[in-house]
Amino acid sequence: MSRIEHNMSLTGEAPASLNTQQKLASFLGMSGLIILLLAGLNVNFPNKTMWLSISLGAIFAGIVWFARAAYSDTHPGIKNDGIWFKSMTNRGYLAWITGIALTGFYIVLYFYPEYLGLRAEGDNTGLIALFDPLSKLLSGNPASQWFVYGTLYTIAIAAFGIKFLWKYRHNRYEKLRTISVIFFQTAFAFLIPEFMSRLNGEGFSLPYYDLKNIWPLNYYNFEQYRVDDFLSAGTIGLALLLFGIASIFIITPILTYKYGKRWYCSWVCGCGGLAETAGDPYRHLSDKSLFAWKVERWVIHSVLVFVVLMTTAVVYSYLGYDADKYWLNRDVFLVGVAVFLTILFAGIWYFKREELEKDARYGAICYLVIILSLVGFHYMSGQNLFLFNAETLRQAYGFLIGAVFSGVIGTGFYPIFGNRVWCRFGCPMAAILGMQQRLFSKFRITTNGGQCISCGNCSTYCEMGIDVRAYAQKGENIVRSSCVGCGICSAVCPRGVLKLENGSPRNRTISQEAVMGDNLDLLDLIEQKSK
Amino acid sequence: MKHIVIIGNGIAGITAARHIRKASDQRITVISGESDYFFSRTALMYVYMGHMKWDHLKPYEDWFWEKNRIELKKAWVEKVDFDNKKLLFSEGESMNYDQLVLATGSVYNKFGWEGEDLKGVQGLVSKQDLIELEENTAYTKKAVIVGGGLIGVELAEMLRTRKIEVTFLVREKAFWNNVLPLPEARMISEHIASHGVDLRHTTELDKILADENGRVKAVRTSAGEEIECQLVGLCAGVRPNIDFLKATELETDRGILVNEFLETSIPDVYAIGDCVQHRDPVGLRKPVEAVWYTGRIMGETLAQTLTGKRTAYQPGNWFNSAKFFDIEYQTYGWVWPKPLKNEQHFHWQHEKEPKAVTIAFDMESRKFLGINTFGIRMRQEVIDTWLDKEMKIDHVLVNLREANFDPEFYDRHEKEIFRSFKNNLQQA
Repeated sequence: MSRIEHNMSLTGEAPASLNTQQKLASFLGMSGLIILLLAGLNVNFPNKTMWLSISLGAIFAGIVWFARAAYSDTHPGIKNDGIWFKSMTNRGYLAWITGIALTGFYIVLYFYPEYLGLRAEGDNTGLIALFDPLSKLLSGNPASQWFVYGTLYTIAIAAFGIKFLWKYRHNRYEKLRTISVIFFQTAFAFLIPEFMSRLNGEGFSLPYYDLKNIWPLNYYNFEQYRVDDFLSAGTIGLALLLFGIASIFIITPILTYKYGKRWYCSWVCGCGGLAETAGDPYRHLSDKSLFAWKVERWVIHSVLVFVVLMTTAVVYSYLGYDADKYWLNRDVFLVGVAVFLTILFAGIWYFKREELEKDARYGAICYLVIILSLVGFHYMSGQNLFLFNAETLRQAYGFLIGAVFSGVIGTGFYPIFGNRVWCRFGCPMAAILGMQQRLFSKFRITTNGGQCISCGNCSTYCEMGIDVRAYAQKGENIVRSSCVGCGICSAVCPRGVLKLENGSPRNRTISQEAVMGDNLDLLDLIEQKSK
Repeated sequence: MKHIVIIGNGIAGITAARHIRKASDQRITVISGESDYFFSRTALMYVYMGHMKWDHLKPYEDWFWEKNRIELKKAWVEKVDFDNKKLLFSEGESMNYDQLVLATGSVYNKFGWEGEDLKGVQGLVSKQDLIELEENTAYTKKAVIVGGGLIGVELAEMLRTRKIEVTFLVREKAFWNNVLPLPEARMISEHIASHGVDLRHTTELDKILADENGRVKAVRTSAGEEIECQLVGLCAGVRPNIDFLKATELETDRGILVNEFLETSIPDVYAIGDCVQHRDPVGLRKPVEAVWYTGRIMGETLAQTLTGKRTAYQPGNWFNSAKFFDIEYQTYGWVWPKPLKNEQHFHWQHEKEPKAVTIAFDMESRKFLGINTFGIRMRQEVIDTWLDKEMKIDHVLVNLREANFDPEFYDRHEKEIFRSFKNNLQQA
């Protein structure tokens, strides 16, 4: 390592020691956390409503107060001073401790909820019991580990969202986007499903449904128990089921065409919401290397294939054989999936093969072959769909992708790998939106001619690990499937080079002449020669 | 196969190397003593402020060079033997070339001030300067910056992030008033001062005073005032880095003299980037122009010449940009600090926020000449077209919105600017 590296990151004077107010705010927030911890250790608080309110209030107020103390005396503008000097944001000791604590929390949450106080028989104890009053207030039911998680998640997005609003108060795009994710988390992910479950009663039971959580991110949406619930809940249930299908096949393509995948990933989605608020201090930790990009493309599309296979298998497994009873039987469904995927790939191949990078083409062909051949296998292998049992596939997906990847690694490792690991490498919804964004969308990040000075702020602060500078310095627009449109590259650019835009889908990727001055001959020459 | 040797791995040299490789199979060697790999010099400040690490400054990953067969040599060139086409390195080795590209960049100015070589006195141009600054500021409480230009204000911002008290000596009556029109210069001055910088206008450096260890302890200003400090930042401009070429037959003046094809006085020797002095400057541009993008365009241009198509340097319409603490600045076309004969400036400033626009136009023909914007981003492509087509000021004002490049949902000021322009004209 060069000497500078050493100097700057290890012994460089960190400019931001905490001020008194920040210390007090940290104390307040931490005391709120300690109450939760004590409850988790089975300290029985006498007045649960009061102690829960104190705890959550202290956490929320602590974060907001900390943010206010950090930013209120500063000018509106970029606030990245000392990011790489601080232990918390430069993979230092604090970052590791935080990462380990979060990871531990996720492991307990997903795999050992009994340690949080979840009881199959009788009343909850411990941490979950502490949340019972709030849960009963909202839905009428006792709390579960997911209610505890949902509450903390919502508080995190709201409180760190307010911090983010202060940090980027000069930038209205960032402000509106953040208000939007706070709203969707609080209303759609947290409150509405709780209220909905109040409607449940005799013979009418809607599944817990966060309406903005779309399949395949919501990989369990079409599982048997949910579909049964939907169908048994009359018109409302049917409407919700149809909405779930329309979300991915109709609403998503339209909005992504108009605005890029950002409408979902950085304005609506809960995972994105947490990443953009609580995860914002870690956005610069994403890996920008070309190697990481290659890994990203293989892993995320593999997850997509996995979820498609899994869902097909699961739906297949509860459909009937007999076409007379119900038109949608196993064979119709399977053939339908195969036909749909074939048409999809054929369409992409036919219309967009010029724009596809070589390996993307290989990928598309490979995956098509895999899916079709697996479908073929079915007809030979009898009962099991594909090579595996549907239930095995479902459990494997839930464990590996749903829990380990999106939770434990995706969020637990924020302070080490950055805040969008799940969104970048794992989320199948992001993969679908990304394909649409790359191939059929008006969205792009426009590069402003020759103003780029290759400083690298854009690439450094891209949470998705896109080497934005590589495009900007060539005067090329950025059209990348992974871009979630957070707008931070544009915000941190010191020369006003980048702008998120929805424009004509034509010429989206063509670079501008201005990089070369006005010398058009020269530009032509370079293009000819580099062919 | 010819051996093309490029001295300097900055934006000009590296751009030339990349484009030569794109269009040919010549052997290419890039020499630098400053750093192992190409880095963005303009971003040095961000490493000091903790926004980025050193590795983030490198626009290409380290494997890029070998993959593209661009050989990198870490050495300082001490002498050039033009007769024998040979370079001599400070370590004693040598290297032969068939064609030589000089892309040696700039060094910061010293004007013979007393005490300018003391410990704790430095400028900020190279990687070495940044390392030195890190060492110099380990215990610095107070600093004085000399010279109100772009590097000076960057250095002020850097030092303020470490809570160092900064006194900023500026020769003009407002910051960068030798380039910016007065109202804008004043707005920037106010903004700099609001960041806790003690900005001293119309003040120059007289001399730098030493303590008993040969370290700076104070400066004396032209007003006779002594200001205590442990660091002096010399930011009074840069000059071409050509001292090692002075004793040769290569024709130089302030920089290496080149024609429009970037050819020097010696065959097979070319010069690009900051170290160049154009014999015939393009348009109203200065003969020595230390700007990032001109270095890049020179590199691209020369690569064409060296790969078979002799191409003249055409940098296009003048443009530039900078950032003064939180205020972004962009300029397109020519807006002089004071309107030239027959020129008029229209100036608009936001009531509360630090935003401003100045548009220069010809009073008779009403031709649009140039625009400065502060806190508002503009789209180069659009303004370039206006300048090329010699559009009138009226067209520009009506269509100003088209040229806006601010992020979505930002406040728009075009209507207000348009109204203000009409009102001003009526008054005038």
